[in-house]
Amino acid sequence: MEDMYEVVKEYVIDEYVEDDSEVTLDTPLISGGIVDSFSMVSLKRFLENKYNISIPDDKATPEAFDSVNKICALVKECIG
Amino acid sequence: MAHIGSYDERVKNFDWKISENELGYKEGDPINIGWYCSDRICEMGKADKLALIWEGSTGNEKRYTYNDIRLASNTIGDFLRSLGIKNEDRVCLFMDKIPELYLGFLGVLKIGAIAQPLFSAFGDESLFIRLENAQTRAIITQRKHVPKVRKILEKMPWLEHIIVVDADPSKPLQEREVAFCLEEASKIDNFEIFPTYAESPSVLHYTSGTTGQPKGVKHVHYSLIAQYLTTKWVLDLHNDDIYWCTADPGWVTGTSYGIIGAFSNGVTQCVFDAGFSADNWYRFIEKHKVSVWYSAPTAIRSLMKAGDEVVKKYDLSSLRHLASVGEPLNSEAVIWSEKVFGKPFLDTYWQTETGCIVITNFPNMKIKPGSMGKAFPGITATVVDTKTFEPFGESGKIGLIAIKPGWPSLMRTYWNNEETYKKKFVNGWYIPGDRSSIDNEGYFWFVGRDDDVINTGGHLVSPFEVESALLEHEAVAESAVVSKPDFVNMEVVKAFVTLKPGFTASKELDLQIMNFVRKKLSPLAMPQEIEFVESLPKTRSGKIMRRILHSKEWGKEVGDISTLEDD
Repeated sequence: MEDMYEVVKEYVIDEYVEDDSEVTLDTPLISGGIVDSFSMVSLKRFLENKYNISIPDDKATPEAFDSVNKICALVKECIG
Repeated sequence: MAHIGSYDERVKNFDWKISENELGYKEGDPINIGWYCSDRICEMGKADKLALIWEGSTGNEKRYTYNDIRLASNTIGDFLRSLGIKNEDRVCLFMDKIPELYLGFLGVLKIGAIAQPLFSAFGDESLFIRLENAQTRAIITQRKHVPKVRKILEKMPWLEHIIVVDADPSKPLQEREVAFCLEEASKIDNFEIFPTYAESPSVLHYTSGTTGQPKGVKHVHYSLIAQYLTTKWVLDLHNDDIYWCTADPGWVTGTSYGIIGAFSNGVTQCVFDAGFSADNWYRFIEKHKVSVWYSAPTAIRSLMKAGDEVVKKYDLSSLRHLASVGEPLNSEAVIWSEKVFGKPFLDTYWQTETGCIVITNFPNMKIKPGSMGKAFPGITATVVDTKTFEPFGESGKIGLIAIKPGWPSLMRTYWNNEETYKKKFVNGWYIPGDRSSIDNEGYFWFVGRDDDVINTGGHLVSPFEVESALLEHEAVAESAVVSKPDFVNMEVVKAFVTLKPGFTASKELDLQIMNFVRKKLSPLAMPQEIEFVESLPKTRSGKIMRRILHSKEWGKEVGDISTLEDD
């Protein structure tokens, strides 16, 4: 099975990082300005498609999307 | 005591000479915004006063006095001159909210060149369209944004210099790229500022319309007269205030009130170069003891969404005055801010073309939550009939906002587009394109845009631009773009798409198209929802009827569909 952390990290790097900046599992994504609030919508959509889940709007907060680790915790919570 | 004093008295006795006199400007004198925002404040004895407190996303901080920003802007100006940049050349500032953006803006103005700030989240297509229109000679940027410039470089023979403010010495620069590190550059103390005059061009900001490409709004150095006084009277900045304007200088609020207004008033301002989170913002206010906060309804609604409990974790007692701009501020947000901060956010209304706040709520004035307030003294604003362009004789009628031209910061033209510029003036009025009514006490009440432009999070997005980008995707046959309601951003972009033969609607394609537009244009322009349809409503002449799609999204009556083609 694919490592969720690596999948999400690779997606973030491919889609949102414009240069060769390093992204770790704890790199601040939203507060660090890598993913803005508008782009969060596409990241949410990716997670929903990839893991066949629905992330409720009240859980899709900037805080919950602020690092790969936090995103994976949210995805796991939604998978149940 | 608020600077405005009595609004009615100010209206009665108003003259823009009040601003000219305070700034020591006389008609015919040179006027250079770069000088007024740095050298003049130093000459007033405030050289050691803190001008800028900058904080990055990791909590790193930089502080600049007025003398520091004087020297830094001189140094950047000197470097630009050494590259051969001269007055009226366009210099694009394509950076995140880093200090070089603020200091570079003043440096560009000091050599008489035209500052062209662009939102750093713009994709390569959005960047190219704006650089091509302005025939920009130089761009100042960060290494993280250089790949976007490189991608379109071949199409831009006029762009001679790509100045990278944080180049990595271990990586070679490419064609036309040059490194400039402000911290390592020799500081220039004595600098000959280019003698710009009232009508010399200063700033070129791009704004979107319903049709056609984005328009370059040309402002002049005399705009300072309006930006200085509106900052003082509306934002009510006092000498000991700590001011935070959350806007990005890629948009007009970030320059008119995030640079020019604050610095020309000689106050200390903070910049937070980090993404949004309620905790981070409240912590920032607490840490820097922000007293005047100028933000946007989208941010305010995001804070509302984060709840009241998080507010209680922080000491926000430094806040004295709050104002908002970008889109209409709903009454719930005004009432909420009064409840949690003890002060209401005051709505201010203006746009890129007006250059300064034109209709607003003032300190000392009775606030009617949901109202835009009243015209700034010296601004004659009314509401006119949409057909005759004559002002209504009675209150409460909905029409177009109309403003008598002549205030200092009204745009001077659209760059290379005089024809569209002229269309903004009808029957002796400047028409911003917004609908409103006026109540019997003279308060304006916003109703909506008079065109199809989408105002998302306070930023205008052209449906035409998004539709054009969509059509460049290999799967898209036709597209129609409208706004849909959104609690936080007021409106977001929604696209209706028909597919070419061989392509099938799927969740994967939906995401692929979203990301395609985001990278090409900007995250703001990315459709937050894509609806795949078999066909789009069109007139018999083949024109897509966006109005029908828009009405459905907003739950409104579709109206006259007699011109709709029969399928």
